[in-house]
Amino acid sequence: MARMKHQIHLRIGPIMFRIGSVWAGPVKLLNRLYQAYPRPAVAVPDFTVRLEPSSPLRRWIRPNIDIRGDFMLPEAMPLPLAHGILAAEMAMNLQMALGQRRYLLLHASMVERDGKALIMTGLSGAGKSTLSAQLGERGWRFMGDEFALIDPNTGHAHGFPRAISLKNEAVEVMQALIGASDRFGPLLTGTPKGAIRHLMPGPDAVERMDEPARPALLLFPRFGHPPAIRPIGAAEVFMRLTQSSTNYITLGEAGFRALTQLVHQVPARAIDYNDTASAIALVEQTWAELA
Amino acid sequence: MTRASSLLAGLLRAPGQAVHLSVKDWTEVITIARAEQLVGSLAIRLAGQKVPEAVRRRLNDARTALAHAQTQARWEVEMARRTFHGAGYPVVLLKGCAYIIAGLEAGDGRFVGDLDILLPRRQLDDAEKRLLAAGWEWVKADAYDDHYYRQWMHELPPLIHRARDRMIDVHHTILPLTHRLEPDAEAMVRDCVRRDDGIAHLNPADMICHAVAHLLADGDLAGGLRNLWDIHQLLREFRHEDPDFDKELLSRAARHGLTAYVLQADRLAAHLFGDDRPLGWRDRWFLRCILSRDGWGKKTYPITRFAFYLRAHILRMPPLMLVRHLFIKWRKG
Repeated sequence: MARMKHQIHLRIGPIMFRIGSVWAGPVKLLNRLYQAYPRPAVAVPDFTVRLEPSSPLRRWIRPNIDIRGDFMLPEAMPLPLAHGILAAEMAMNLQMALGQRRYLLLHASMVERDGKALIMTGLSGAGKSTLSAQLGERGWRFMGDEFALIDPNTGHAHGFPRAISLKNEAVEVMQALIGASDRFGPLLTGTPKGAIRHLMPGPDAVERMDEPARPALLLFPRFGHPPAIRPIGAAEVFMRLTQSSTNYITLGEAGFRALTQLVHQVPARAIDYNDTASAIALVEQTWAELA
Repeated sequence: MTRASSLLAGLLRAPGQAVHLSVKDWTEVITIARAEQLVGSLAIRLAGQKVPEAVRRRLNDARTALAHAQTQARWEVEMARRTFHGAGYPVVLLKGCAYIIAGLEAGDGRFVGDLDILLPRRQLDDAEKRLLAAGWEWVKADAYDDHYYRQWMHELPPLIHRARDRMIDVHHTILPLTHRLEPDAEAMVRDCVRRDDGIAHLNPADMICHAVAHLLADGDLAGGLRNLWDIHQLLREFRHEDPDFDKELLSRAARHGLTAYVLQADRLAAHLFGDDRPLGWRDRWFLRCILSRDGWGKKTYPITRFAFYLRAHILRMPPLMLVRHLFIKWRKG
């Protein structure tokens, strides 16, 4: 039987992971991409993740990785070993999406300035991940490109600043902005989401990842339309956020309270944009007016 | 038996052991408890014990998840109650839902996925109509699978509710029709405990017989640790309430042809969660399979588990029928 010979303990924001792997490769790459993160070896992790072959033969022949751990989806597709870092990322996301009970989880990217958080959520392809990476290079603190964690007791937003998962066009956009840098992981091609390259967030994102922020602005960006800022009603904001939350229903009344409080207290806008420059300008404008 | 699995069983037996666990022990115990759907039971059992802060948080998470799962389970029971209102025959809850609705200790901490109910076999057509009319739909469209369930199994093919996305398993016997044993399902339904609200569950002795049949006479012991914990909790509570319970249990077990299995389950439960009674080699072999998860939540002992997989099939079907079934499944990929 394949044993978890290689392992790494990682803390990302308030969440601790134990990741075990049958192969050395994925853990080596995680070690590089997450070199600046705390390694709480002497702590009980929130979640355990296993990177192992879908069948014993697949350890050696056309090796592939099944995404397994404390929480699993029965129909999850295995990934080739070459995409190991993506498998690790998806496995961590899955633990959060299915198992997180302490925070209200919003599928959103988040950046911070002056102790206040800008939360961006939208459909896949809306550009929330790229936008947060862009802002992270422009004086904002990057707090995460996947999940915003809302503490139901305080209403504060906690970051989950994992390595940023750049997809397709976003890879070149960020390479042009940052230049050649050892902050980039390897380029993965032919993944279920197209080309993917990971980017280590800037140093302040990791150093300050334990600092929560007060949610100050909710944006629903949309790519591919002429620049515009549109108001959006509280009821629609609420509905959209319930759809973007993976654990709203499971948290029951606590989830409802946290979400209604967020919608009542935080201004929201929809923004349309068609290039990076217009997006940044719209963000800065709405932030100056509302946050 | 892996060390980590034994630790989990030890904690369920004696929560006071919590003070002796290291960080690594806790990590492994929580991983296995999650994999075995026992983390809710562990959280309930460890209430009031001194545990590390990180462990306390994981157990709180489990309680949150548990509260949600149990609310959902109760709601599914209510939906079934409305669906069968006025049907004229009892709808008998089985397994986790029954423990929760009956207010048994085995229901505390119990995660429930599907709703399992037992009906008189001759009422299946009516039950099917009612369920389809109330929004449940067939999961398996495959004609062979459908035929397989109806011809040979002890339950209808699984149904999922189209709006609530929750599964219901409708049983009409206790074991597959092809099984060499035939517990008396008619008697179980006839002698069930009917509540005023129209819901029913098995009487205590039958509840044990049913749990034992599923753990030891059917299937490959997957989820066995949880099932054995259920049985232990049920036995303890029923014996506490009725000092003569064992007499009733044995007479009922004899009627269902399950005497040897009930005695074995009692030995295993007592060994693991009770008085540490010594076990023979055959029981130890069962225990090895029940406690086969390692500290990463992975199942180990592939040879033992394969043997139990074969055993499950051999118990379920006569050899030729088994060959035919496995051949059709293999050809379909």
